[in-house]
Amino acid sequence: MSPRYRRWKNRLMLGAMGLALLICLAPLASLLFTLVVKGGSTLSLRFITGPWRPVGENGGIAHAIAGSVCLLGIATALAVPVGLAKGLFLARGRSPRLGGMVRVLLDVMSGIPAIIVGVFIYTLVVRRSGFSLGTGFSMLAGGLALAMIMLPIFARTTEEAVRAISTSVDEAGLALGLPRYRVVLRIVLRSAVPAVLTGLFLALARVAGEAAPLLFTAFGSNEWPGSPLEPVGSLPALLFDYARQPFEELVRQAWGAALVLVALILAVRLATHAYSHWRYGSGANP
Amino acid sequence: MKLNITIPRPAVTADPCAGDSEIVISGLDAGFGGHQVLKSISLTLPQRTITAVMGPSGCGKSTLIRCINRLHEEVPGAWVRGAIRLGGVNLYDPSLDPVQLRRRIGMVFQRPNPFPTFSIYDNVAVGLRLNGIRKRSVLDERVELSLRRAALWDEVKDRLEKPGTSLSGGQQQRLCIARALAVSPEVLLLDEPCSALDPVATERIEQLLVDLQRDYTLVMVTHNIQQAARVAGRSIFLLSGELIEQGPTSELFTNPRDLRTESFISGRFG
Amino acid sequence: MEAVISKFESADQRTAPQRTGVTVRAREGRLYHGLLTAAALVAPAILVLFVGVLVYGAWPSIRAFGLSFLTSSVWEPHPEREQYGALPFIVGTLISAVLALCLAAPFGIAVATFLNEVLTSRWRSAARFLIEVLATIPSVVYGLWGIFVLAPWVSNTLQPVLARSLGFLPIFGPPYEPRNMLCAVLILAIMVLPIIVSISLEAIRAVPASYREAALGLGATRWEMIRVAVWPACGSAFAGGCILALGRALGETMAVTMVIGNGRRISPSLFAASDTVASTIANQFAEAPSDLFTAALIEMALLLFLVTLAVNVLARWIIRPSLPGAGGRS
Repeated sequence: MSPRYRRWKNRLMLGAMGLALLICLAPLASLLFTLVVKGGSTLSLRFITGPWRPVGENGGIAHAIAGSVCLLGIATALAVPVGLAKGLFLARGRSPRLGGMVRVLLDVMSGIPAIIVGVFIYTLVVRRSGFSLGTGFSMLAGGLALAMIMLPIFARTTEEAVRAISTSVDEAGLALGLPRYRVVLRIVLRSAVPAVLTGLFLALARVAGEAAPLLFTAFGSNEWPGSPLEPVGSLPALLFDYARQPFEELVRQAWGAALVLVALILAVRLATHAYSHWRYGSGANP
Repeated sequence: MKLNITIPRPAVTADPCAGDSEIVISGLDAGFGGHQVLKSISLTLPQRTITAVMGPSGCGKSTLIRCINRLHEEVPGAWVRGAIRLGGVNLYDPSLDPVQLRRRIGMVFQRPNPFPTFSIYDNVAVGLRLNGIRKRSVLDERVELSLRRAALWDEVKDRLEKPGTSLSGGQQQRLCIARALAVSPEVLLLDEPCSALDPVATERIEQLLVDLQRDYTLVMVTHNIQQAARVAGRSIFLLSGELIEQGPTSELFTNPRDLRTESFISGRFG
Repeated sequence: MEAVISKFESADQRTAPQRTGVTVRAREGRLYHGLLTAAALVAPAILVLFVGVLVYGAWPSIRAFGLSFLTSSVWEPHPEREQYGALPFIVGTLISAVLALCLAAPFGIAVATFLNEVLTSRWRSAARFLIEVLATIPSVVYGLWGIFVLAPWVSNTLQPVLARSLGFLPIFGPPYEPRNMLCAVLILAIMVLPIIVSISLEAIRAVPASYREAALGLGATRWEMIRVAVWPACGSAFAGGCILALGRALGETMAVTMVIGNGRRISPSLFAASDTVASTIANQFAEAPSDLFTAALIEMALLLFLVTLAVNVLARWIIRPSLPGAGGRS
C-alpha cells in the first residue's frame, strides 16, 4: 500500500461519511422547508383561534389545540404524582433489589409501541363489552394512554434529578433533627425541582405529538372539549385525519396544524434546553 | 425586617451551657456489616472546649462523631454497640428518639453542603420551619442570630433571598454552621470542616470555632495537625479504630505518651 | 444497661411510643414509605395488567385460529365465513423494519463517526442539534411529509430509475403503486436514524483518546485510525443501538400507516402497497365490524408487544455492560 493510495483512501472514506451526513440532513431540510412553506401559508390568527367549520368554510383548529391541552393536562395530573414517588423510590429508597426490578420494568414500559398502549387502554377502559370500565371514547381514556407513555420517561428523569442531589444534603437535614421522610420531601425534592421540571417538559414534548395512542381512546371530535367522558379532538389526531382526506382545504389545514404542533414542541424543547443551560451553566447547582 | 438584637445568644430554651453537655463515651464499638470500624472507644469530651479528633484517613474519625448524633446508623448495614452519654443521658437508650436528640447535636460536614435552590434565609430557617416554628418574626430573629453567631450576617444581610449556593466556599461553610446553630444545639460536630477551603477561609472558620467554644461543646475531626494545635484545647488520636491517646493538645503535642502518636505528629505516617 | 445492641434498618421505626409527637411522626414516616413502595409497584402492576388485558382481549381469536393465525394469509371479515390470518402483516412489519435498519445503520454509524472524528466542536453541536430536531418531530408530521413529498418523489423519480435499471429483479418489479413499502422503509429509516446516531456517538466519545493517539502514533491516517482504534471498541454499542432502533421501527405506526398504502397481501415488490401489524391496527381497530375482528387485532397487538419486548430487552442487555444508562433516551 503506497502512501498515496492510503491518503486517497482516507479522503474518500471521510468524504463518504460527510456525504452520509448531508444525505441524512436532506430529508430534514425538505421536511422543515415544506412545513414552513405549506404550513405558513395556512397560518392565520383565525386558523389558530377559530373553531371547526365544515369543508369550504375555512375553519380553525382551536378545538384540537384545546383538546391536546386537556389531554396533556390529564396525563400530567396522572403521571406526575406516580412518577415523582417512583423517582424518589428509585433514587432514595431502601430496597435496591426492588428498585432494580422496577427500573428494568420502566425500561420495558418505555419500549412499548404507542399504538399498543392505545389498544390496551381501549380494551381496559373504552370498550363497552367484556371486562372493561366501558367509558366509551373519552378524553379521560386518552389522557390515561398518554400518561402511560409519560410515566416511564418522567420517572427516570426524576430519579436522575434526585440522584444528582448529594446524599450529604440528606445527612445535613437529618443532622438538623428532621425525620427522613421530611428531609426527602421538603429538602431533597425541592432541591431537585428544576431538574424534575426539565424532565417533565421533555416528557410532555415527547407525548404531545403522539397520535397512535389517541386513535381509539380519545378518538377525535370537531367540538370544543367538554366533559372528560366524551371524545375529544387533538392536534396529532386531526393531522392524521385531515392528511388523508381528498379535500384540498383539509390538506392545507393539516400542514398548518403540523406547523403549529412542531413549533409548539420545538419551543418547549428549546425553552427547556435554554433553562437547564442557564441553570446549570451558572453553577447554581453543584 | 431588620431587627436590632443585642443579646448574643439564642433566646430560646435555656442557655446552652447552663445544662451539663459533657459527652462521655464508654465501650463504643461500631461498624458496617462484618467490618468493625471502632473498637471499644472510651473517652470524655468536656463541654465548652474544642476537642480535635486526629488520625490517619480510614481510622474511624468520622464514624466516631457520626455515632454521637446517631447519623452512623442511617447508613444501611451499620451497627453500634456501647453507650454515649450527653449530660448523663444515654443517647442509645431505646426509648430515645434519634430524630429528637439530633436537635441537641448539630453537625457540619466536610464539603459545604447548603441546600441547593434554597435561599440563604431558607437554609437557616428550614430546620426551624420543619420543626414547627412558623411565626415570621421568630424566624427572622433566629435566622439573624444564627448568622451573626456564624460571623456571616454582615456579609449576607443584604442578599438573604439569594441562593445559598451563590456564596463562596468559606461563606457556604459558615452558612452551614449557622444552619446547624439555628436549631439551638448544645454540641457541634465538625467533620473536617476546612478540608475543602482555602487558607483565608480556613482561618475565618477557625476564629469562629474558637469564639463558639464559649457556648458549645465542639468536636472537630481533622487530618491537619497544625489546625488541631491552633484551635483545640484537647485532642484525641485514633489509629485503626482504636483510641491511642487523649489529653490536652499541648501535652499531646509536646509530650506524647505513645510512640505511635509521636510518629503521627511528627508526620511519619498519615 | 450499658450496652445496647442495635442493628438499624430504619431509624424512624425505632421511636418511643409513649411520646405523642413521636408516634405521629413514626406514622407519617410509615405512610411515606408505604406510598413510595406502592408507587414503585405500579410499574409491575401495569405490566401484569397489560399482558393480562391483551391476552384476555385476544382470547376469542387465539381460541378460534390457534397457530394458523401466524401462518394464514386469509383476512375475511364476512360475518358468515369470518377468518383471520396475520401473516401478511407480520411479514410486512419484519420487512419494513429490517430494511429500514439496513439502510439507517450504515448511515447512522457513519454520521456519528463523522460528527465526532472529523467535525470541529462547533459544527458538531450544530449537527447534533439538527439530529435531535429530527428525533423531536412527531410521527404524524413525518407521515404528512411522506404522503405529499416523499411518496411523489419515490413514484416520480426513484421508481422509474429503479424500474428501468433493475426492474428485472422482483423487488423492483411491478405492481407500481403510489404509496408502497419502499416509502415506509425510507420513512422508518429516517425516523430511527437519531437513535442510532445518538447511541453510536456516545460510544465513540467514550473511546479513550489514548487509543486514537496510539494509532496515529503508528502513522495511521485518520480513516485507518477509525478502522483500527475507534470502531472495534464500539462494536457492542453499535449492535445495541441498531437493535433498539429495530424495536422502535417494529412498533412505529403513524408515519408508516400514512405511506405504506394499506395493501393486504405479500408481494415481492417494494413498490407494492403493503401493511404492517401496527398500521393495520391503526386503520381498522376503531371500525372493527365484529368482536372476533377486534380480538384478532388485539392478538396482533399482543404479538407486536412480545416481539418489541424481546428486542428491547436484547438491546439493553447488549448495551448495558459497555455503556451504562445509554438507553431510554431518544
